[in-house]
Amino acid sequence: MTLSVNLSHRFGDFTLDVAFEAPPGVTVLFGRSGSGKTTVVNAVAGLLRPDHGRIIAGGEVLLDTETRTFLPPHRRRVGYVFQDARLFPHLTVRQNLLYGRWFAHRRGPDNFARVVDMLGIGPLLARRPAALSGGEKSRVALGRAILSEPRLLLMDEPLAALDEARKAEILPYLERLRDELHLPILYVSHSMPEVARLATTLVLIEAGRVAAAGPATELLSDPAAAPALGLREAGAILSARLAVPDEDGLSRLDCSAGPLWLPRVAGRAGDSFRLRILAQDVMLATSRPKGISALNILPAVVREVRLGEGPGALVQLETGDEMLLARITRRSAAALGLKPGQQIHAVLKAVSVAQENVGHGRPGADSP
Amino acid sequence: MTDWLSPDEWRAVALSLRVSLWAVAASLPFGILTAYALARWEFRGKQVLNGIVHLPLILPPVVTGYLLLLTFGRKGAVGQILDQLFGIVLAFRWTGAALAAAVMAFPLMVRAIRLAVEAVDPKLEQAAGTLGASRPWVFLTVTLPLILPGVLAGTILAFAKAMGEFGATITFVSNIPGQTQTLPSAIYAFLQVPGGEKEAARLVLVAVGIAMAALMLSEWISRAVARRIAGT
Repeated sequence: MTLSVNLSHRFGDFTLDVAFEAPPGVTVLFGRSGSGKTTVVNAVAGLLRPDHGRIIAGGEVLLDTETRTFLPPHRRRVGYVFQDARLFPHLTVRQNLLYGRWFAHRRGPDNFARVVDMLGIGPLLARRPAALSGGEKSRVALGRAILSEPRLLLMDEPLAALDEARKAEILPYLERLRDELHLPILYVSHSMPEVARLATTLVLIEAGRVAAAGPATELLSDPAAAPALGLREAGAILSARLAVPDEDGLSRLDCSAGPLWLPRVAGRAGDSFRLRILAQDVMLATSRPKGISALNILPAVVREVRLGEGPGALVQLETGDEMLLARITRRSAAALGLKPGQQIHAVLKAVSVAQENVGHGRPGADSP
Repeated sequence: MTDWLSPDEWRAVALSLRVSLWAVAASLPFGILTAYALARWEFRGKQVLNGIVHLPLILPPVVTGYLLLLTFGRKGAVGQILDQLFGIVLAFRWTGAALAAAVMAFPLMVRAIRLAVEAVDPKLEQAAGTLGASRPWVFLTVTLPLILPGVLAGTILAFAKAMGEFGATITFVSNIPGQTQTLPSAIYAFLQVPGGEKEAARLVLVAVGIAMAALMLSEWISRAVARRIAGT
């Protein structure tokens, strides 16, 4: 199922004008606060009626201002996980979870037990929202949206109100959701680590417009998109399989270009991971360096060199079947004589792959 | 225990209870609707509606009673229609006393419920909508349970006001023992007669007792509701 969004809306002197497609998987709407991301999600949910637009989900028209079609929110079958959870205070967790089911007319199989188990909220069922922690509320809100049997999930920064520890608690559940439920998810975020872990498709929104859109792995390694994503946080994603779980406290993960050694990663041999490698943590060498402390060196081919306005340059590298992004100085780029097609070695500092950025790609894997 | 009040006094107490209960029960749905509309909807004439609802609070009760007589009396515009079409007569009947009590108590009821509606986060109602609940279901399953303490408070307040209503009642339906003589009218009547202070004092005690009981009941219920919502 694909969601197709095309809308424009004016509030005061701010104009939102966006069009994009969200294929199955997690589509992250990424942008600064105030760029209009939440407005897009509210329009998809039917909580906002845009001036002009057309929204189609899996062939059904949710909104079309041309034909004056406006499906009210309760008939859209769109699950919405709000940033502030919005649990019903007068109902228990169990009643909150079953709320949507009252109106869903039991279309699908009974997956209450499965969802409760997947989110780890079994022990909370008899409590009321007032007695839940922030992280618990988020998980219940997630479960409530899933159990309303939506054809599409919307998540508006579901982690933004949580501290780092709670985020780390929820992220594995979101990954399981993405991999197990086969629901298209539209996910609003302004956090690069979340994008790197969750996104299959990325839509970059800047001041009410789509600045770039495409598969997340492509966009994250695209030098042209990097300034919009934030240079400091620019970085590509490599997928890797855990080969050796533990050797001297290190794990070996194999990606398409070769092996990488990382501080021990929890998991079993064969588990898949998404590795985020920040552009500023990649060094380049024209010949394979010897006598260097870095453990991870991948052979690569230069695809594109993009000079920035300042002293920096972004280099896109093809390594194995995937792309890497390196951020170096213009001076180094000139000194190395970098040009497309050139064979090169990318040196990754072992510490550059942070633990929180090691996400699971395989259903049912344990959390890192 | 019936000895300490005379049959006429009992009739006044019973009539007052009947009038007040009917007044509150019949006006409650309208009270909730009006409070919700004033709190949540934007429409033309909202200020006018707000003014009309609050008018009985500000007008001298005698004026309200007289206006009721003009409108719902046998010769009144609405009264004539009710009489001819349905055979309903309000003037100088206990039903008229109930109408007068309802009109006088209405602003208090609406104010209490409106405050409760305004305290409900509309975001919760939006969330219920995205979960598949239509507007009426959102109201029944989310808004109504959350405003219940306010509805109870408004109901008790309106009941107490109805029990004490005097000016509009005596103007609209007079003071006929056994028919329209409510508790306050009876107290007034006793005070008009030399030596009636004793009877009046007994009725005053009854009035105080009923008011206190109503107040304590409402406290108890709203605490129970609050505990349910905040509970673990």
